[in-house]
Amino acid sequence: MPAPDDTVLDVSDRTERTVLDARDISRALTRISHELLERNKGATDLVLLGLHTRGVPLARRIAERIAAVEGTPVAVGELDVTMYRDDLRSQPTRRAHKTALPPGGIDEKVVVLVDDVLFSGRTIRAALDALADLGRPGAVRLAVLVDRGHRELPIRADHVGKNLPSALAERVSVRLAEVDGTDEVTIS
Amino acid sequence: MKHLLSIDDLSTDEILQLFETAADMHDVQRREVKKLPVLRGRTVVNMFFEDSTRTRSSFEIAGKWLSADVINVSAKGSSTSKGESLRDTVLTVCAMGVDGLVIRHPASGAAVQVSQWVDAAVVNAGDGMHEHPTQALLDAYTLQRHLGSLEGRHVAIIGDLTHSRVFRSNVQCLTRLGARVTVVAPPTLMPSGIGAWSAAAGFETSYDLDAVLPEADAVMMLRVQRERMSGAFFPSAREYTVGYGLTRNRLALLKPDVPICHPGPMNRGLEIAADAADAAQSVVLEQVSGGLAIRMAVLYHLLAGDTRGGIA
Repeated sequence: MPAPDDTVLDVSDRTERTVLDARDISRALTRISHELLERNKGATDLVLLGLHTRGVPLARRIAERIAAVEGTPVAVGELDVTMYRDDLRSQPTRRAHKTALPPGGIDEKVVVLVDDVLFSGRTIRAALDALADLGRPGAVRLAVLVDRGHRELPIRADHVGKNLPSALAERVSVRLAEVDGTDEVTIS
Repeated sequence: MKHLLSIDDLSTDEILQLFETAADMHDVQRREVKKLPVLRGRTVVNMFFEDSTRTRSSFEIAGKWLSADVINVSAKGSSTSKGESLRDTVLTVCAMGVDGLVIRHPASGAAVQVSQWVDAAVVNAGDGMHEHPTQALLDAYTLQRHLGSLEGRHVAIIGDLTHSRVFRSNVQCLTRLGARVTVVAPPTLMPSGIGAWSAAAGFETSYDLDAVLPEADAVMMLRVQRERMSGAFFPSAREYTVGYGLTRNRLALLKPDVPICHPGPMNRGLEIAADAADAAQSVVLEQVSGGLAIRMAVLYHLLAGDTRGGIA
């Protein structure tokens, strides 16, 4: 894992800088996949749930890596938390995305929530509420590509691709080939 | 979208977005915990001044599954039977802090009128012979799930057109989605002045059911509404069935797997034979579950967000 790069903290500079390129992202996902396997002692009972939008392709990529290492497929699903957000009231109504659980469901499984950026923690809170309506996982873990700090709730990630200390005013953008046509993480 | 009073209130994009949301809501129906927290703390009142089983219970369940508090008010047993005016009844209920008002009323235009009196979001659940927008949405939604897209598909609507708000809303909704619509009725139940409307809206009319059925991609039977018929619109029930009922013989005229809709309640043996109502291609029960999904989607879009905005 590359050392945290503290020089990106210059708020006055509004130009966009790449903090992770395609190879960095790939390495981070490979490491997260191995950490998950190590922590879980294999892929048994593991369910990867990607959070819309960019958590979904990230979950698929981690699943591919785990399948390559373990030789067995791992369950992947997608979770939409729109209906569980705490800011529904303050915005025009948003369209929800699809929630799709793997055929085995999530009961008694080790569910790993996968998202691109961990910021306020409110999305993850919504995801935990959504999970409670969908079943009763044995354990829930959180894997994110980027943790940019500024939590507003007592939530932390178990697996982090890169810790990215950032100012509140800065904008962290994750782009993935499946959604945006390219793989990179930028800050501006 | 502040209210849902007519299909005309919706853009084509909004209709398609409602369908997408409805598909998500459909998934919720299969879950063990059938509950979403989106309308927590909101209150929805169902005011039904006409008898209804499926529409009222559908709106009630839709509201409850979205965590709203739902109250039913019906004309029987309410102050209406003591002579209170519609305006006073509505204002009284809304003074209790209601966010959504679902209203069915025998007078055409009642929902529009009510929406001008109150701040709450008003959903028209059927007003006289005028409109029934959620029925049209659920019919189109159900057909879209069966046919893929409605673009260029031929939908035949058959029955008592004069008294039918379902037909009026459906024609607007289906033509908006690109379907070719043919409406079929005996001359006495064909609304007067339909010629000008059909020319403007782009749908066809016919008196000959047997000629229309073989080329239909979907069939929508309407209920013969005896409660709205004060005069003699056809000589006998038997004669209506012979000319315009979906009988076993007519079932054979249809292309295979053409979906058969009926908004219910069905008059079995009058406009639809049991063979058709219970046929494998009958989607009557899917319409019911789709209706629930559509009503959840409508309540979600009207009440979940910042109520000053539209669909984002």
